[in-house]
Amino acid sequence: MEWIVPFILTVITASTPLLLAATGELVTEKSGVLNLGVEGMMLVGAIAGFAVTASSGSATLGILAAVVAGTLMSLIFAFLTLTLMANQVATGLALTIFGVGFSALVGSGFVGFAIEPLPGLSIPGISAIPIVGPILFGQDFLVYLSIAAVIGVGWFLAKSRAGLVLKAVGDSHHSAHAIGYSVIKIRYLATMFGGAMAGLGGAYLSLSYTPMWAENMTAGRGWIALALVVFATWRPGRLVAGAYMFGLISVMQLHAQGAGIHVPSQFMSMLPYLATVIVLVIISSDRAKIRLNAPACIGQAFRAAQ
Amino acid sequence: MTGETGTEAMKGAGPAQLEVRGVTKAFPGCLANDDISFRIEPGEIHALLGENGAGKSTLVKIIYGVLQADEGELIWEGKPVTIHSPHDAREMGIGLVFQHFSLFETMTVLENIALAMNDVRDMDALRKQVEEVEKTYGLPLDPDRHVYTLSVGERQRIEIVRCLLQNPKLLILDEPTSVLTPQEVEKLFETLRRLADEGCAILYISHKLHEVKALCQKATVLRGGKVVGGCDPREETAKSMAEMMIGQKLTAPDRGEARKFGDVRLAVSDLSLASDEQFGTDLKGINLEVRGGEIMGVAGVAGNGQNELFRALAGETEQEAAPDSIKIDGKSVAHFGPRRRRRLGATFVPEERNGHGAVPDMSLSENGFLTAFRRMALSAKGLIREVPTKSFADNIIKTFDVRTTGSGAEAGSLSGGNLQKFIVGREILQDPGVLVISQPTWGVDAGAASAIHQALLDLAAKGTAVLVISQDLDEIFAICDSVVVMAEGKMSKPRPMADVSIEEIGLLMGGLHDLEGNATPANDMEVEGGRVGQA
Repeated sequence: MEWIVPFILTVITASTPLLLAATGELVTEKSGVLNLGVEGMMLVGAIAGFAVTASSGSATLGILAAVVAGTLMSLIFAFLTLTLMANQVATGLALTIFGVGFSALVGSGFVGFAIEPLPGLSIPGISAIPIVGPILFGQDFLVYLSIAAVIGVGWFLAKSRAGLVLKAVGDSHHSAHAIGYSVIKIRYLATMFGGAMAGLGGAYLSLSYTPMWAENMTAGRGWIALALVVFATWRPGRLVAGAYMFGLISVMQLHAQGAGIHVPSQFMSMLPYLATVIVLVIISSDRAKIRLNAPACIGQAFRAAQ
Repeated sequence: MTGETGTEAMKGAGPAQLEVRGVTKAFPGCLANDDISFRIEPGEIHALLGENGAGKSTLVKIIYGVLQADEGELIWEGKPVTIHSPHDAREMGIGLVFQHFSLFETMTVLENIALAMNDVRDMDALRKQVEEVEKTYGLPLDPDRHVYTLSVGERQRIEIVRCLLQNPKLLILDEPTSVLTPQEVEKLFETLRRLADEGCAILYISHKLHEVKALCQKATVLRGGKVVGGCDPREETAKSMAEMMIGQKLTAPDRGEARKFGDVRLAVSDLSLASDEQFGTDLKGINLEVRGGEIMGVAGVAGNGQNELFRALAGETEQEAAPDSIKIDGKSVAHFGPRRRRRLGATFVPEERNGHGAVPDMSLSENGFLTAFRRMALSAKGLIREVPTKSFADNIIKTFDVRTTGSGAEAGSLSGGNLQKFIVGREILQDPGVLVISQPTWGVDAGAASAIHQALLDLAAKGTAVLVISQDLDEIFAICDSVVVMAEGKMSKPRPMADVSIEEIGLLMGGLHDLEGNATPANDMEVEGGRVGQA
C-alpha cells in the first residue's frame, strides 16, 4: 500500500488546475457569458506566473502576475463581447488561439528554465502524520485556495444577495435591466473573475504541477474545465466531484501504463476525454435538470432596449 | 366602490402626486415624447391612452428612471426631481408592473421579490412581509414555488406584491390585463380601487377601453408623442376614446350579410400531443371543425396549449398523432410538414412576428416569397422570379396599408403593427382555403386592428375557413361566428357566438370544464360590462 499516498497526491495535483479554472468559468457562465477562451487564459496565466517567478525569484509575485494576466485576457474578451457585442463563441475561440500563440512567443526565452516548485504546507508534527498528514496538511497554497474558492462560490451563489443578482442577470438580462441592475457591469465582473481563476489554474501548472514552461502546456485542460461546468450542471459542489473524477482517470492511465497493463497508451490517454463525452451525453438527456440550473441567457449579447 | 370620494376630497388640497411638465425625448429618427404635460393626484386612477408608438412606454420609462428626458421636468409632491434609475424611483415610492413581466423563471417567488427590493433584508423578514401583504390585499402566492410553474395571473401577482411591499405612492401598470381572464381582471380592479382609496395614485396603461371606462377617473391621450387631449373616461364611450387615440373615425368591422357555411375545411379529431417545450402544455383530445365561410375563435389564457395547437396545425411539430387526426379539405395531413399543408391551400400566421412569421434581416419582398412562392408562382426552374415577387410584396403593402419605405425594406425595420399587417396580408392574398392565425392583433393599434379584422371577415365571406387563436375576448366577440375555449390543453365544445356570454367564456378559461353545456356563471363571479363589442 505504499503507492496509495503518492497516488492520491498526484490525483490532487491533476485536479487542482481544472477546479480553479472551472470555478471561474462557472461564475462567468452563471452571469450569462460563455467564455470559450479558458484554454488561452490559462496559458497566458501559466507563462506570466512562470516568467515573473523565474525573473524575480518570488512565487507570490508570480501568482499575482498570473491573476493579473488572466484578468487582462478576460477583459479583452469582455470588451469585445459586452461592450462591442461581438459574438461570444467566435470571440472565445479567438481568445484561445491568441493565448496559445502569445504565451509561446513570450515563453520562448523561458524554455528549459527550472524553478523551485511552490512550497507545501508544513505544520510541525501534523504534516508528518502518516497518510493524512501529507494529503491534508502538506499541499501548496493553490490547492487549498481551489477548495476555498469552490466553497466560497457555492456560498456566494446560494446565500448572498450579490449572488442572487448574478444569477438573475444570467437568467433574464432584460428583466434584470428593467428592475434596474447594470447587466453589463455585473457581466464584466463575472468575466474578470473567470479570467483571474483561469490565470491561477495556469499558474498552478507552471509553478507546481510541472515547475517549468513548455509551449501549450495546458494540453486541453481549459476545454475540460469548460466541459466540467456543464458536467456539474452549474453547481459548485458537483464541480469538485467532476474535477477530481477527471483527475483520477487521468492519473490512473499513467499508473496503468507504469504497471505494464497492455492497452495501447493512446487509448489510455484518450480515456479522460472519452469519459467526459459520455458523462456530458448522459447529463444532457435530463433536460429539466439542465433547464433549472443553466443560465437561460448564456451566450446572448445584451442590448438595452430603448 | 371606486376611489372617487377620496379623490375629490384631495383635489386642490395639496400638490399633485406627480406632475409631468414639458417632457421631451428624442431617439435617432423619431421624437418619442414631444412636450408632454399632465398631472396625477394622490388617490386618482389615471389612464394613459395611445396607439402603439404614441410614446407611452417611453414616458413610463422616463418616470421609472430607465430613461432620462432630454427636456422638461418631473414634479413629485410639489418638488422638482431627477430620477436617475429604477432604484431612485422605488426609493421615492414609484412602483411599476411591467407589460412583459420582469421575472426570473428558474427562481422562486421570494427570490424574485427580493431582487426588486432596494434595501437588503433578511429573507425570513421578507417572507413575513410578503405573507402580510398577500393577506391584506387577497393576493395568494406560495413564496417557495418556482416562477415557471405559475400561471400568468399568478406571475402578475408577484409583480404587484413586489410593488406593494415598497408602499408605493404611485403605481404604474403597463397593459396589465392583456393576459388575464375576465374574473382575474375584476380581482385586479378590486385591488387597484382599494389602493387608490388608501391614497395611492395609479397610472393605468391599456388598450382595452371598456376597462379604462370602468376603472379610471381621468385619462390623458397621446398621439405621435404629443398630448392630444384629456377626458373623463366615465363620460366617454369606448368608441369615442378610440377615435381620440387614432385621430380619425373608427369604423366597426362590417360583418356583412349573415354568412352561409359550406363544407368542413379544417377538421381536427381527437388530437393528443405531448408538448415539445420544456414547460409546455400537452394537447389532450382536441376536436374541432371549421367550415368554409366560418370564423372560429379559440379563447383561453396564454399557455394553455394554444401555441402547441398552432404548431400542430401548421405542421411545425413532429407528429406522432394518427395522420387523419388533422384534415384539410378532407385530406389527412397530420403527418405532413408545413409546406405540404400549404400546398393543399392552408396558410398560417404565427403569434411571433419577428423570427417566426418573418425573417427580420430579409426584405419584405423576400419575406413575401418565402411562404407564397408556390401559390403565387414566384419561382421558376429553381430561380426567384424577381418581378412578380416584387409586385406581390407591393400589392400587400398597398392593399393592407403597410407603412414602410417600400418592398426593399427589412422586415425588422417595421413597427410591430405594420409588420403584422404585412404578414397577415401575405397569407390572405394567397387566397387560402384554410387560415390559422394566432393573436392577429396582439400589440397592434386600434386602426390597424380594425383593418386586420375587416380583412379576416372579407376572407371568410369568400368561403375560407378561418381559425383565430386569441387571448383578446373583445376580438373574438367582434369577428367570430363560433368559439371554443382552451384550458390546460383541453378544448371546450364549440358554441355559436350568439348564445354565449363573456362570463361563461371566462369561467371556461379558468378551466371549469364541468360547466360545459349548462354554463351558468356562479353568483360570486360578477363580471363588469358583460358582453362587450369592439365599439
